[in-house]
Amino acid sequence: MMAEGGIDLNNTKKMTIICTKGTLDWAYPPFILGTTAAAMDVEVTMFFTFYGLGLLNKKLDLKVSPLGNPAMEMPMMGMHMGMPNMVGMLPGVTSGATAMMKNMIKKKGVASIEELREAAVLSDVRMIACQMTLDLFEMKKEDMIDDIEIGGAATWMESALQSDINLYM
Amino acid sequence: MADATLDAKGLNCPLPILKAKKALKELGNGQTLEILATDPGSVKDFEAFSRTTGNKLLESGEDGGVYRFIIERVV
Repeated sequence: MMAEGGIDLNNTKKMTIICTKGTLDWAYPPFILGTTAAAMDVEVTMFFTFYGLGLLNKKLDLKVSPLGNPAMEMPMMGMHMGMPNMVGMLPGVTSGATAMMKNMIKKKGVASIEELREAAVLSDVRMIACQMTLDLFEMKKEDMIDDIEIGGAATWMESALQSDINLYM
Repeated sequence: MADATLDAKGLNCPLPILKAKKALKELGNGQTLEILATDPGSVKDFEAFSRTTGNKLLESGEDGGVYRFIIERVV
């Protein structure tokens, strides 16, 4: 069966995403693309490794840091304020920027990471936690959400070889 | 008159698409879903969503900042 636009509906499309970052700003792209792809009937595998592994924790406490994020600007008093790295180093700036970002996220009707991750679970996105990273950072599977698998590079590779899209974030 | 309505006003990408997918699942073949959204990006997104999933976008319009779509579920 062919849908409009020549998509073969019998041939399910597949995608993998490698998630390596654990900050609030970096958590969005993989979860937005993963859940959207799943909503568009794509079979999605997400592989969480290094700091991305933290995104599977039951309790998320994600932060955004202006330090080393030189392009980061926030709307403030009707203009956009950049943050010099010197300022980003000061105590309290990261938590302040995080609070501001979370406030904006809520105000603009943007989903929280918790919401998007829940949507990923509900739409059967396959989520794989990296075994090596678990060992390296001494993290426990019990601290992570249910419905995840543990695997390694070869587990991702097997999915990646069958996929139409493989993304690294 | 659509068979169901989804109010996605005030929600931003990708929530209108995710909620529409969920609402469409509740419908049978040939039934229609009306979606109301305020995200300007949803215009292109619902076109792409419909083309890719095989559901039919019957209507797409805007009135006073509210975008309205009618999608027919094709199973």
